Amino acid sequence: MLTIQDLHVFHGPIEAVHGISLEVEKGKCISLLGPNGAGKTSTISAITGIARSTGLIRFEGRDLSRESVEARIAAGIAVSPEGRRIFSNLTVLENLTLGAALQKDAVEKAKDTDHWFSLFPILAERRDQSAGTLSGGEQQMLAIARALMARPKILLLDEPSLGLAPKIVRQIFDLIADLKARGMTILLVEQNATQALKLADYAYLMSSGRIVAHGTADDLGKSDKLMAELTGVA
Amino acid sequence: MEYIVQQVLNALSFGAEYALLALGLAIVFSIMGLVNFAHGEIIAVGGYTMVAFASLAIGNPMIVMAGAVLAAMLASLTLERVAFRPVRKADPTTGLLTAFGVSIVLQNLFLLFVSPRPIAVTSLYFLDWSIEIAGIRLASLQVFETLTTIIVIIALMLFLRRTVLGLAVRAASLDFEMVRLTGIRANRVFAIAFLISGLLAGLACIFIMARRGSVDPHLGFEPVLKAFVACVVGGFGSLPGAVLGGFLLGAVEVAMLVMLPQSLGGMTDAFVFMIVAMILIWRPDGILSPAVEKGDKL
Ligand SMILES: Nc1ncnc2c1ncn2[C@@H]1O[C@H](COP(=O)(O)OP(=O)(O)O)[C@@H](O)[C@H]1O
Ligand SMILES: [Mg+2]
Repeated sequence: MLTIQDLHVFHGPIEAVHGISLEVEKGKCISLLGPNGAGKTSTISAITGIARSTGLIRFEGRDLSRESVEARIAAGIAVSPEGRRIFSNLTVLENLTLGAALQKDAVEKAKDTDHWFSLFPILAERRDQSAGTLSGGEQQMLAIARALMARPKILLLDEPSLGLAPKIVRQIFDLIADLKARGMTILLVEQNATQALKLADYAYLMSSGRIVAHGTADDLGKSDKLMAELTGVA
Repeated sequence: MEYIVQQVLNALSFGAEYALLALGLAIVFSIMGLVNFAHGEIIAVGGYTMVAFASLAIGNPMIVMAGAVLAAMLASLTLERVAFRPVRKADPTTGLLTAFGVSIVLQNLFLLFVSPRPIAVTSLYFLDWSIEIAGIRLASLQVFETLTTIIVIIALMLFLRRTVLGLAVRAASLDFEMVRLTGIRANRVFAIAFLISGLLAGLACIFIMARRGSVDPHLGFEPVLKAFVACVVGGFGSLPGAVLGGFLLGAVEVAMLVMLPQSLGGMTDAFVFMIVAMILIWRPDGILSPAVEKGDKL
């Protein structure tokens, strides 16, 4: 579904990612692991078009690498970004409404909103509250729900567990597992390799802007030494 | 009694004008971080449009006002397209210098191609009437100005709360990139902000012209200065702050006019700015400055 070949990502003159290739198949959960500064977020930014890049980004047979951010989102890519970036000056409901900005059908929109509210009762309770008043875990759920409101074909999740308490982290991973079970295609960026590998069908390990290992979760999980070295999480 | 009502309405109508102007600056600032000093020239464009209508012997005030507002909106949209879009990604100083540049260029165009002297406009005669409400004589201009502003503020609020594009404008003031990541085209968000800003300038233009009765190349200078002060007082970038700052400035101005003895009449502005300075000592970022808070919260 998403094929990336020889991707180089730049922040101004700085090259953060040095020619990586990866593949996300439809309905699969693929994980991109690696320590801080490895280039994971840069890769996500290149896929959405926020960061400048060279190389191939093919999505459903179409080369997106020259397309605008907006065109890529319209093609069916949605992102729950690093740091969540919910609109804290808007209400919870308004955040979701913006997530469905490209959805023209008001009835369908309302249906989706109800659907996600039923899945996240805590968000439903706070629907008219300013999103800035939510806890970190709630904000993360809102960021994911906002992305899903677009009815994406692929969901990019950038460190959804970052900075959250262990109990909340479990909730978030349960949610991702649930989304996967419903057939959502997911690219999951994580530093929490142990949790991510439980979910992922296949994983890539990044370090210093390169992919240094890849394989099924089992393959990578067995190589404890590699894991510990690269992620700091045994 | 009549005197008090008149002065209150006086304060409201001044405040309304400042609120319209400040909102026009604030909505652009909130998404671009740009103080659009060319806002004043947008107002002047509205004024010269009125002159153009008069020279075509079109005197119907409805047509003249609609024409002025549309011209201001078009001018604002055009400035976004040709002047501000190219520097969108540049640093704030570049944007500010661009705004100054545009302002100066437009003023000189008016000087060169129209006239350095004030040109009278008489088509807004109905804003010169005095009307009687509940036995109290009021100036029609002040009543219209206050009512128009209240309606505009309500309409703007509905737009910003009830439409996707409106939500996007508010969200963009916090995190423009994230708005783009929801698939909304950045150009649409900028265009709507400048269109609204132009609309507000056009409406303010009507009332400024009704008060002044004439247009000259520097018509917009003082109004924009007042709008700037209103924004600073209310909190730059905050739309409610702009409204509050506008009405507060109007109230302080009228209070000074009423309370200062005749001999200090020429010093009204000095006293007004002193009070503004005091407000800023109390709240350096303005009364309703938007909280600096981005995304992450643990
Ligand atoms: N906006 C930016 N400007 C300059 N350098 C950046 C920017 N974003 C990331 N980098 C650099 O790119 C490298 C990869 O960062 P990033 O993609 O955020 O890694 P990760 O998400 O894996 O932690 C780092 O060295 C980082 O300092
Ligand atoms: Mg990152």
